[in-house]
Amino acid sequence: MSEDAKVVVIPCSGIGKALGKVSRTATYKVIEEKPKIARTLCLALLTVGDKGAGKLVSDTPCIAIDGCPNQCSAKNILASKGKLLAEVMVTDVLKKNRGLKPQGVIELNEDGLKLAGLVAKEVVDKINGMVE
Amino acid sequence: MALPTSEVGIISCSGEEIPEGTIALVATRLVLEKLRPDKTVTICLPLFLAGDKNERDFAKVFPTITVDGCEKRCAQIATSNLSGRPAYSIVVTDTAKKHPQVVLKSCERLTEDEMKIAEEVAEEIAAKVDAILKRRSAKTG
Repeated sequence: MSEDAKVVVIPCSGIGKALGKVSRTATYKVIEEKPKIARTLCLALLTVGDKGAGKLVSDTPCIAIDGCPNQCSAKNILASKGKLLAEVMVTDVLKKNRGLKPQGVIELNEDGLKLAGLVAKEVVDKINGMVE
Repeated sequence: MALPTSEVGIISCSGEEIPEGTIALVATRLVLEKLRPDKTVTICLPLFLAGDKNERDFAKVFPTITVDGCEKRCAQIATSNLSGRPAYSIVVTDTAKKHPQVVLKSCERLTEDEMKIAEEVAEEIAAKVDAILKRRSAKTG
């Protein structure tokens, strides 16, 4: 993971729902596709007010990936005075792909992995728009 | 406020940057889904900041066990500062140290050896769940 990344992608990783796992898996897919541009950060570090994490999100554009309307990632970034460039809601991507039935938190099923791929594509498109 | 005696809250850091965070998440889910499904509940840690009073009261309503990936102990600190003092705190690196031959490297999908560590952490959590419920049961008679 690049320490000089141009964008920080932060998923909610919601532990109670498959859509949280989708947000997490999508983040790793984005980093795999954009290893020199994108990195992630432990969201919990923002929740505890870690200074290093706060500096990173205030110095670097962030993209939040949230699994549910609680918007934990976006809200924690904003509470840390971070630069929230964009937020991708997994539920919005799912609404556009109603045939998918994502399941699993320990491990996503096939539909969950497909959804994670679609979410990752939205994030990559936003990154491409940012760096072009 | 009446405290429930039948359920224990488990709060994982789920740290995205490190394999230990994924192990914390998986271990927590193993307890919720397989080891103690009727005795445990969870909450997303960042909800302590993003949520409302009901969510922040989680550790006041449930006795809690925090599960952290590393010594930064985000789950323990966030729970203590924003909700209530946890009954027990578990750190994945303490368990991983017992297996120096296993190099932790997977954030997305755990290897077989990493999954074994997650299962060991899950057993530790389950033992703490039992200890809490035994104490509560003794208190309530």
